[in-house]
Amino acid sequence: MAGNKSSDKKKIPRTKMPEQDPKERIKNFDEVALGYREEDALKESLRCLQCKKPRCIEGCPVGIDIKSFIRLISERKFDEALEKIREKNSLPAICGRVCPQEDQCEKECILGIKDEPVAIGRLERFVADRKLDRDFGSEPNFESNSNSESSGLGKEGSGKGSSIDSLSRVAVIGSGPAGLTCAGELARMGYKVTIFEALHKPGGVLVYGIPEFRLPKRIVEKEIEFVKSLGVEIKVNMVVGKIFTIDDLLNSGYRSVFIATGAGLPYFMNIPGENLNGVYSANEYLTRSNLMKAYLFPEWDTPIKKGKRVAVIGGGNVAMDSARTAKRLGAEHVYLIYRRSEKEMPARIEEVGHAKEEGIEFVLLANPVEIIGKDGWVDKIRCIKMELGEPDESGRRRPIPVKGSEFDIDVDVVVVAIGQGPNPLLTSTVPDLKLKKSGNIEADLETCKTSKKGVFAGGDIVTGAATVILAMGAGKKAARAIDEYIRTGVW
Amino acid sequence: MYRIVKKEKLANDVVRFDVKAPLVSRRAKAGQFVIIRVSEKGERIPLTISDYNTSEGIISLVAMRVGKTTALLSTLNEGDEIIDLVGPLGKESEIGKFGTVVCVGGGVGIAPVMPIAKELKKKENYIISILGARDKDHLILVPEMEKISDELYLCSDDGSIGFHGFVSDFLKELLEEKVLEGREKSNFASSGTKNENINNINNGNINRVIAIGPAPMMYAVSKVTRPYGIKTIVSLNSIMVDGTGMCGTCRVEVGGKTRFVCVDGPEFDGHEVDFDLLLARQKAYHQEERLSMELYEEKCRCGQEKALW
Ligand SMILES: Cc1cc2nc3c(=O)[nH]c(=O)nc-3n(C[C@H](O)[C@H](O)[C@H](O)COP(=O)(O)OP(=O)(O)OC[C@H]3O[C@@H](n4cnc5c(N)ncnc54)[C@H](O)[C@@H]3O)c2cc1C
Ligand SMILES: Cc1cc2nc3c(=O)[nH]c(=O)nc-3n(C[C@H](O)[C@H](O)[C@H](O)COP(=O)(O)OP(=O)(O)OC[C@H]3O[C@@H](n4cnc5c(N)ncnc54)[C@H](O)[C@@H]3O)c2cc1C
Ligand code: SF4
Ligand code: SF4
Ligand code: FES
Repeated sequence: MAGNKSSDKKKIPRTKMPEQDPKERIKNFDEVALGYREEDALKESLRCLQCKKPRCIEGCPVGIDIKSFIRLISERKFDEALEKIREKNSLPAICGRVCPQEDQCEKECILGIKDEPVAIGRLERFVADRKLDRDFGSEPNFESNSNSESSGLGKEGSGKGSSIDSLSRVAVIGSGPAGLTCAGELARMGYKVTIFEALHKPGGVLVYGIPEFRLPKRIVEKEIEFVKSLGVEIKVNMVVGKIFTIDDLLNSGYRSVFIATGAGLPYFMNIPGENLNGVYSANEYLTRSNLMKAYLFPEWDTPIKKGKRVAVIGGGNVAMDSARTAKRLGAEHVYLIYRRSEKEMPARIEEVGHAKEEGIEFVLLANPVEIIGKDGWVDKIRCIKMELGEPDESGRRRPIPVKGSEFDIDVDVVVVAIGQGPNPLLTSTVPDLKLKKSGNIEADLETCKTSKKGVFAGGDIVTGAATVILAMGAGKKAARAIDEYIRTGVW
Repeated sequence: MYRIVKKEKLANDVVRFDVKAPLVSRRAKAGQFVIIRVSEKGERIPLTISDYNTSEGIISLVAMRVGKTTALLSTLNEGDEIIDLVGPLGKESEIGKFGTVVCVGGGVGIAPVMPIAKELKKKENYIISILGARDKDHLILVPEMEKISDELYLCSDDGSIGFHGFVSDFLKELLEEKVLEGREKSNFASSGTKNENINNINNGNINRVIAIGPAPMMYAVSKVTRPYGIKTIVSLNSIMVDGTGMCGTCRVEVGGKTRFVCVDGPEFDGHEVDFDLLLARQKAYHQEERLSMELYEEKCRCGQEKALW
């Protein structure tokens, strides 16, 4: 197979992803992209040129040996392919699904220059799912999260020696991709790692934010099982900063702390009417639906307003997820209101495509100025038209309101998805931790070191809302730096 | 899991649970709350920490049965476990030496008032407590409050005990009395008891009012105290999900600004709170809550679930 001439390979078109029909899928929360079958994966793997200098690898923030794992697939060595991926990435079933591949690995793939790049993400997902599917047959145990606090902070104290064994305890705050990755890496090195998670379920945005139809929760649970199988302990229902402080952790035997608390602060627009009933932050809307399973109400207890006409404000992944959730909850019209044009939308191209297929109505170059209520409930949203001016710092053309162009849309639910910031709950309890003006933690991007000795930070709490794979990359770098710090004692 | 070590019925629909939660008990302060979940498919609901015992590692929760989650909770017994419990959440109460503080508790709101009154008492404030409920069977924690209070007055909506009327009406009379006639009012408060053995350190001024109970009650109390300019602290009970400032469900307007009750509160200046907004937002899911409860009660009748009590 490796002997095929590259010119032949280019002729094979990129293998399509089997998907649920849009007409059907808007009636359920099942996964949209069904995943490659074995023959799809083999066919796609053969497109790879096995480049001498594989550019794809440079595009992957965690440096997966893409070339090798694709070769292993083409040789039907699926388990080995998975092992190859797991050398660098402990959450492949998740990344294969949610990475913005078009901006990362696939962007660099040589085939992409003239043709379509190899579907690296889909192949990654295929090998990860293949293993998970087999495991699902053997009834995994998802209920083993330790949410009992009877063991307290853990055994008190530890020696002052300098080998990994005696100083092996590390605390990780937050169980999103950054925390899980860091914990997994450290566990592999022999450290005893405890993750403290504020919610009752681990996973961070992967469980409370990204919807089931894009990332099935059983996949996340399974990947978390894997991290636990490495020896990581996860304690849920622990809001660090409230139940104890970082200094408490450092004083009770943890040699180092990794802060990975994400971007858990919803931004609102500060326009009139934003506190009316029926107005949600995307965080609330998605948390109700995903974490609390409100889409299964009343079988599950947490309710959510099922609007008939829903406006979602924003143009990123979070906005797409909210809009598509609203559709599945039964909305007849879902308007996605975005102040720039489609070209500037930060959401993944694939998700914009999915949203359109599902009948989400894009209201572009428009910005809400007021939400108008009736009897305490949302009734209309008033928007103003925008036009694009000169490029701003981000390189995107700046939207400017068009005077006198206001128009109203009748809606009964509004979801504000204009971004999230750093939640100050924890950081405000650590006076000696230096923050940026934005409230994000100031940390070295290579070592994740903060201004406080022994404390590292990474993921969205440092970078601002970014991506799963970047958060994982940070977790990985932190693990390396934590190991070095603990072994050498040098800060 | 969080084990219930003691269950006590305080009123027909109000139960107190002592729950083993050592770490929470160590950090708990008056005014803070926890969020619990009682079933795998259940909601997250906030409950105030109404007492805490650090050495035994126990916190007390007092819950009134109003809907499905609190109904499910009330079926739990000693030895049972609450599956999720997170806290202590929210800011602690401001405990200073204010002078005379009137602590107003309405219904199940008496439970959250108690730890605050206790701490204020420790700081040598003169505590006047006004407790109210629908009727005498719904007045809870009276003996406990009596111990903490320098003066204690009871009110009931139906007149079955103490002052016949709302706590806010009684407070109004009390304020008028205090302001018009000064502190010496030996014949006043026929409906209350006064701790005779405590020296009268109240000079006739009321320095602060703490009011906790249903939102309409806190609204009414705030209206009563406003003309007197007495600082009035209320503890807001907005709907919550995470309790960590992540979702914004609990937002209210205070002094014209949007605040999150779970992290900025739960206590705010009652004179600055937009109560109409709070009241409207509390009703956001009335239809759904009713449906949940109906389905649950139906199941109970069919014997599929444990009886309510
Ligand atoms: C709706 C949505 C869709 C997205 N879609 C994509 C996508 O398609 N592709 C992509 O790459 N990225 C996507 N992202 C972004 C991506 O999910 C994040 O960049 C990533 O999850 C950040 O990881 P993290 O580990 O830094 O933080 P998070 O995933 O946010 O996890 C932080 C965790 O820390 C916990 N925590 C916070 N404070 C405390 C505390 N004081 N004590 C204990 N625990 C605490 C939180 O409860 C949470 O579980 C999306 C984000 C959202 C919200
Ligand atoms: C900070 C705080 C402290 C509280 N302390 C106590 C206490 O010590 N004792 C006590 O009995 N009650 C307390 N409450 C109120 C208690 O949380 C609600 O009674 C409970 O959530 C009702 O749930 P349910 O399913 O039984 O009833 P439902 O039928 O779901 O709701 C009944 C009413 O309770 C309110 N409510 C519903 N869901 C929530 C939610 N997730 N979060 C908050 N309120 C909700 C709504 O206004 C609703 O109309 C407190 C609330 C807050 C915000
Ligand atoms: S982890 Fe993401 S960027 Fe890296 S190879 Fe996989 S899909 Fe591409
Ligand atoms: S750049 Fe593309 S073709 Fe080359 S090795 Fe990577 S995936 Fe294969
Ligand atoms: S309950 Fe979510 S922000 Fe307060």
